[in-house]
This record gives sequence, structure tokens and C-alpha cells, in this order.
Amino acid sequence: MISPDAARKRDGADGMEVVIGLELHAQLRTRTKLFCACRAEFGARPNRHLCPICLGLPGALPVVNRRAVALGVRAALALGAQVRPRSAWARKHYFYPDLPKGYQITQYEEPLAVGGVVDLPRVEGSERVELERLHLEEDAGRLLHSTRASASSEAVGSRVDFNRCGVPLIEIVTRPDLRSAPAAGSCMRRVKQILEHAGVSAGRLEQGGLRCDANVSLRRRGRTVPAVRSEIKNLNSYRHLVRALEAETRRQRAMMRRGARLVSATLLWDERAGAVRMMRSKEEMADYRYLPEPDLPPLRLPPDWVARIGADLGETPDARRARWEQELGVRRADAERLSADLALADYFDALVRCGADPQRGADFLLSELLAWRGRGEEGGFPLAPDAVAELLRLQRERSVSARLTKQVLAEMVRTGTRAERLLARSRWQPIRDPKQVRAWVVDVFRAHPRLVAELAAGRDALLRFFVGEVMKRSAGRADPQRVRELLAQELRQWASADREGER
Amino acid sequence: MTFPRTAPTAGRCAPPPRASRAITSWCPRCFRRARGGRAVSDRGPSIAEHVTAVRARRVRIPDLVSDSLQRISMRNRTLGAFLHVLDEEARARAEALQSRLERGAWPGPLTGVPIAIKDNLCLRGVPTTAASRLLAGYRPPYTATAVARLLDAGAVIVGKTNLDEFAMGSSSEQGAFGPVRNPLDPQRVAGGSSGGSAAAVAAGMALGALGSDTGGSVRQPAAFCGLVGLKPHYGTVSRYGLIAFASSLDIIGPLARSVDDCARLWRVIAGRDRWDATSRDAEDRDPEGGRSLAELRLGVPRDWVGGRIEAPVREAFERFCAHLAARGAELVPVTLPDTEAGLACYHLLADAEAASNLARYDGVRYGSRAPEAGTLAALYRRTRGRGFGGEVRRRILLGTYVLRAGAYDRYYRRALRARDAIRAAFDQVLAGLDAVLTPMTPTRPFRLGTHLRDPLRMYASDRFAVMPNLTGWPALTFPITKPEARLPIGGQLCGGPHSEVRLLRLAAMLQGGGAA
Repeated sequence: MISPDAARKRDGADGMEVVIGLELHAQLRTRTKLFCACRAEFGARPNRHLCPICLGLPGALPVVNRRAVALGVRAALALGAQVRPRSAWARKHYFYPDLPKGYQITQYEEPLAVGGVVDLPRVEGSERVELERLHLEEDAGRLLHSTRASASSEAVGSRVDFNRCGVPLIEIVTRPDLRSAPAAGSCMRRVKQILEHAGVSAGRLEQGGLRCDANVSLRRRGRTVPAVRSEIKNLNSYRHLVRALEAETRRQRAMMRRGARLVSATLLWDERAGAVRMMRSKEEMADYRYLPEPDLPPLRLPPDWVARIGADLGETPDARRARWEQELGVRRADAERLSADLALADYFDALVRCGADPQRGADFLLSELLAWRGRGEEGGFPLAPDAVAELLRLQRERSVSARLTKQVLAEMVRTGTRAERLLARSRWQPIRDPKQVRAWVVDVFRAHPRLVAELAAGRDALLRFFVGEVMKRSAGRADPQRVRELLAQELRQWASADREGER
Repeated sequence: MTFPRTAPTAGRCAPPPRASRAITSWCPRCFRRARGGRAVSDRGPSIAEHVTAVRARRVRIPDLVSDSLQRISMRNRTLGAFLHVLDEEARARAEALQSRLERGAWPGPLTGVPIAIKDNLCLRGVPTTAASRLLAGYRPPYTATAVARLLDAGAVIVGKTNLDEFAMGSSSEQGAFGPVRNPLDPQRVAGGSSGGSAAAVAAGMALGALGSDTGGSVRQPAAFCGLVGLKPHYGTVSRYGLIAFASSLDIIGPLARSVDDCARLWRVIAGRDRWDATSRDAEDRDPEGGRSLAELRLGVPRDWVGGRIEAPVREAFERFCAHLAARGAELVPVTLPDTEAGLACYHLLADAEAASNLARYDGVRYGSRAPEAGTLAALYRRTRGRGFGGEVRRRILLGTYVLRAGAYDRYYRRALRARDAIRAAFDQVLAGLDAVLTPMTPTRPFRLGTHLRDPLRMYASDRFAVMPNLTGWPALTFPITKPEARLPIGGQLCGGPHSEVRLLRLAAMLQGGGAA
């Protein structure tokens, strides 16, 4: 919960609060589609994965993919929802070329699960978003439009690719608990995290793995009467979601200030124009003519089957973050960044298990190692956690400078050699020779006489500067410990020489 | 499962056994008209006789199939029974089956039997139109499960039969490619919507046929053509590959010239299919069987018979009941739900589901797409407006209306409750009875064109037929008039859950006048 002051600031001077609810559609990570045996694969050539069922040929009938139901159940459990022991399928009718049967098989009156929560961590505390329901449904195809400008030798027109048609989706509906566009973006991000963590989410955002419809309205704070709502459809990135909501909120505010009457509308976000576009007005609101699906019996899910699916869900991202903060002493901001990403989080836990100091490990992972991400197998990290842990340990033990560590890291990636061996080579050895280091120190002192005087006078903050200068001259190879020792020595000598000079 | 069989015959050109004389007077060995036997019509042997003769190598499959194809070519132009004849394919298959036979194989219980299938059943690579302009030229890339099972049993598909468009109708006059005429009187309808299948079997063009029954569409045409038609228990025959009309009511059923033939076809096609989630195995709920006529208790709904029903039909039905009573059967008067209510309930549910099932016909992926449509809306309007016939459009509009946001509770949900009530009423009535006996239709086969102007009059033709579709339980029709009668009249037996075997036994018994 946030403080009333913060709330007022967020809502704006007119005392109107923004009310946002989200409907998220996430693709489930199955091999095959929801109602047929076609592969549910992204990126295949158009209309490669088709059969009479997902193409809606005359006489074809749907059959339920059990794995999709299991993943849906798992998603529901990961979001803290209650799975209903009986749920039923329904037909939602509308005409569009990407919907072969003229209806989508979804769940209407009896969804898969109800309830659930999403916690959005904030600087102080967290914001809780409650979920209304979760249900399964099939995805539609993809339309590709070619205009005169982009057509080569192909005719102008639209074409449909049905590969995606029939892919299983889970629809997650939140209560209208969100109060700002950034919170909505954060919620969408969080849900993706949770679904990835549970192993049910397929595909990245760019591939359409998670899409969002947002409902937004303004109302006087304190009131509970629902105001006139706009629905913005088909947002497939966090950024678009936030921008679209901000634009629509501004539009609604402006209309209210003018005294104009708001009309319930369905909108699309035009990223290029940076504006919302009207899709349908209230009068044209689609009547989906829901019908209980006669081709499929209701889903009956035995409670023990459901329990077994959720048994190994393990630590939620929230619990993980809390553990890092409380047990390992990792800073909150770092913990949040790490828990945001499942792969990163797993890597960090492995690092700690290999003996790395948690905060240093976090720092290193977030600053240095992140740059190398993607170079490893399957887009992961190019070094195993134990190798990195070793590097960190040696850095601490042998007082290797940050700059040198970075170079060693690069070499480790390039050649695959372990840190121990690399640091044994003279090239990577920190330079400790007092004569050498002293020479550098003296050089630095000569270059900045006035600063030396200040340092001697007690301005200790300058020490960092001097260490840095020495490190520069040593191309990062000087042993920082040694540098500090010799700096101190030279400083004393200088001070006494100075005094002598004064006398 | 066991079901009635005709006794095997012995001796050359011997008169056929008593039980089958009513249907055929062919010598089972050489298939020539038995000397002294009275030929009723040129209709050929029974499936059992056919299969026996084939197996014994007394006849060759190519000859029998050629015989069917010849009858088709002789009479199809007049009768309009077939939309597509598989002349070359059937001959090739017949030769192939014969070779397999000669090499010692036995493909299955329907080896070499020429069968016709309704044109709303998909057969891979073969035109399947559901008698609609919208699907003219459409060739499915897959075969319906029920048809595949026939093929696995060795059957020879001779062609796709004519029907009312998308199976919506009771006369087979409302297909886009012409009407079906009754082989027994070509000025009259063959019934619908499986009229083509019924005409094909009645005219000897095939030994059996598959139709689909949503509101009587197998039984009513079977009755109009003097055949036996079975509506199995909902779900026991896979709907995969059946062009859907009303999903919770549709079922594929066999039409044949005898109870035994019908049973053989049903046995091959019935059973669970993993590609139809509503399908289930058939069951035999009548294991003891073997009752005699004198032990029978049949319920007769007096108010159904007393209502609007053509005099010849009423007379024939009463005569038949008297005949049974004289042989010791007990005919118990029962009260069943009002037929008008049944029709209303049926139409609300069927049309709503039909509107939904036909939403996919938009010309985008298959079928005839309207040319030169500049916008998406125009594409849909023109393709569907021109592609669908009047009756189909009428039902889609009705069905769409019923499913509207404001109307759903008032109509559809109420119809669902009415359906439950009808099922409960039947359940109660059937307790302690072997079956319910009713006329199959309120009229004899009517003349072409007479019912077309008045849709409600056409719908009323299904008054006695729709109840078993609503309960989902088996029902069967069989002729209650003599084969020599000018126009056939059918009776209907309705049973409880999974009562096919019992109904088949009963029908054989009732037809044979008591001989089990």
C-alpha cells in the first residue's frame, strides 16, 4: 500500500483516480495445439502446421490436449488461484478470417480457476493485485496485410497464416486494482516472470508469448461506482502498455475537464502515431453469442491430480527475493533486478552455492557478467557459476583490481581457461613490486602537487582519485593493496619533505 | 452382441426362408428371381446372403458391384438419389477385394457389399457438398471415421447420396442440386434429410446406406421408402467427418432393407473414437433377449395417435396394433410429452447449434467464395447469402436470434431444461416396458412441392421423430405395411439408453409376426 500523499500525487490534482484492470493472454508451452495434434511451433513457414481440426474443415471436431490443461492448472497454482474441480468449454462467436470456425473455443461461465494474486514490489512495501479468474482458450491465426508499397510481385491484399490457430492460451483477468500505468506495466512483467518460473510460458513477447488487453477509467477517489471504461486491445510489450494507458488516461482526463461525456469504447494503440485509435463504439459492441461447447464434455479435474501438478512449483519469485534480502543480505534493488529474470536468478543462486559472497556476486553478475549474456549455449552465460565464483574468490584473496578482473574475465570467456591458471601467468599477475609502484605514485604526485597537499591536509576522499591514477598508469595491473600502502608511504615522505622544505 | 439372423438356405433355387420373403424373393445362391416366388421389386439380396455367397465364391464381387452401378445408371437421373457416383473407384475396389479373397484373405464382415453414404459424410478426395452450393467442388482431405470403418470391413462405397442442404429438411427437396424422388412413387418425396440414402437402398442401388439423424433424418426417409432405419444411442457412432448440423443431436445411422442388414451395418460403425470427444462405446443392455410376442409390453402414446395424423396412417397403425394384440402382446396406453413442445424444443436447440456450426462457411479457406467482394463484410454477406439456400438461411437466422445476449436465457437455456424434462418423462414411461411404439410419421410420403411453401408444415412431419433425438436414446423404424402396399408406412420403436439390440430384436419379432 502506498501513503495517501503518494496516492494524491499519483492521481493528480483533480482528485480523480485511475482504475486499470488487465486481461493477459499467455501462450502455454506445449508441443501441440489445444484441440489437435499439430505442432505449436513459432516461426515455421506459413500454414505448415495444419489439420482439419485447427483449420475448421467441415466435419472436424476438437479433442482436448491434456498437457495444455495441466500447464493451465500449473499456471493457476503459480498465481495462487483456486482450480475449480469442474470447468466447461464455450463457443465465442465472431466473424474474422483468422478464426476458421467462426467461433473461438474458450471458457465462459465455468473457468478453469478463480482468485489468485500478483504482488508488485515497491521501494516501500508492495502493491497487491488480485486476480478475478483464469481460463484456457485457443489462439487465432495471424493476418498479414500487403499494401501496394510493400508488395513485390504478390497481389495486394491480406493473407492468413493458421500456424498459430489453436495454440493454447491461458487468459488471466485481474481485478481493477491497478492505479497507474507503470503499475500495470509492472504487473504484466510480473505475471510473465511467474509463468516463466513455473515453466508454463512459451515464447518471448516479440513472438506473441504474452499479450495484454487493458481496461481503464477515471473515478473520484473514494467512490466505488464503476465509471465509463475504455478497453485497449492487443498490447504486446510492457512499453506499449504503459504508453497506451498514459495516453488514454490523458485523453479521458481532458474530456472530463471539458465536461464532455465519455463513451465506452474499444481502442487500439498505434505505436507509430503514439496515440490510441477507436476500434468500436458502444453501439457496435460485439455480441459473442456464447454457447456451451457441445463437442466437448466438461473438464473434471481430480483434486489430487491438481495437487501433484503444483507440488514442485517451489519458490515463487517473491519468496526468492525475500530470502536473498533477509538471509543473504543482498540489497533490495539488486535482489529485484535478479529475481526479475529466471535465468539470472538461477545463476545467482548457483554462484552463492559455489561459495561466492552474495553481495559481491550480485554486483559482479549485474555489472560485468550481464554483458556476456547470450554468448553461451542456448543464449545463456558463457561461464559456469563455479568458474565465476573462483574468480571472485581469487580477486578478494589476491587483491586483484576491478579492471584487471574484467580483463581476466574476458580472457576466460575467450579461451575457457580457469581464473586460477590465468592469474598465475605473469601477464595477469598484479604488479606488487614496490619499486615499480612507487615510481607510478611519484609520477602521479608530481602531476598533481596541489591535490597532494590537500590529501595530506586530510581530505581523504581524494585517495580514490590517486589510486585510480596509479591504476591508470599501470594499465590496471597494479595491486590496489600495494598501491594504497605505497601511497601512504609516499605521502608521509612528501609531508615530511615538505615540512623540511618549509623549515 | 447377438442379433437376429435369417436362417441359411440350402438347395438350388429353393424358395427363400419365411422371414425374409417379405423383403426379397431372390434365390440366395444365384440371385435370380426364385421360380414361383413373387418379385416385389428388383432389389437384390440381403447383406447376409451377399456376404455368404461372396465368401463361398458363388458370386464375384465385381459382378455384384457392377449390378449396383447399373441400377444407378438406369434410375438415378429420375430419382436423383446420388450426387456423385464412384463408378471407376467402386469397380477398381471390387476387383482388388476379389483378388484378396482369391488369395485367401477375408477383409471383413461387409466384404464386397455396395453401400451408399450421405453426402454430408467426408470421404477423402471425393466431392462432399452437403447438397450446398457453398461446398460445390469441395473435396475433403480426410475420411469420416464411420466411413473408414465401413471400408475397413471390406465395403464398397458406390456413391454419395443426395440430401436436404446441410441435412436441414424432411423431404430431400431442399438440396441445391435437385430433389430426391421416391422409388416406389417418383411423384412423391423419399423423405429427408437422408432421402438419397433411402432411395438408393429402396431402388436396389446399394445394399445399405449411411445417413445422419438429427430430428428423424434417417428414420423418416426409411419409413417413406419402406426400409428399416436405426437411430443409435447418441455418441455411439463417431461424428468425426460428419458435416455438423446440431452437435448435441446429430448421429449417423444405417438404412437397409431388413433388420438384420441394419444391425450388421451398425455393428461395424459403432464404438468409441478418439477423434470425437463425445463418442462412447455401444452397449448391449438386453443380454437375455429371447422373449416371445406374448411376453411383450409396448407403450403406445394415445394422444400422439389421436392427434393430427393422416387417416391411412392411423388405420395402418391401429391394424398393426390389433395384429400384435391378437398374438398376445400387451399394448399399454402411455402419456408422452406433447409433440408440439418437443418440436419447439428441438428447433430452438438445433437451430442455435446449426447457426454456430455453419459459421465456418465463409469461403475463406474452402468452398465457393463470392468473387469481387471489395470488403470483408461484403465477402461474408455474398458468399453466405448466395451459397446457402433458403431453409438454411432461415435456420441460421433463427438460431442466431436465440443465442443473442438478451435472448439466450429466454430461449436456449429454457429449451435445455425442456429437454431434461422430456428425458425424465420418457424414462418414467419406459420403466416396465420393452419399448414405446408409435407411427413413424403423421403422413404417408407426400407429393413433391406440397410442403415446401409452409415450413411449419414441413417441420410437423418430424413430430414423432424428434423426441428420441432429444433424449439421445435409440429409436428404430420398420415397415408395418405389407411390401405389396402402394405406399409404405413405418412404425417406430423408441427405447431407453443403449437399447439398440433390444429394439432390433423387437422389430424382427414384430415384423415376422412372432417368429423369433
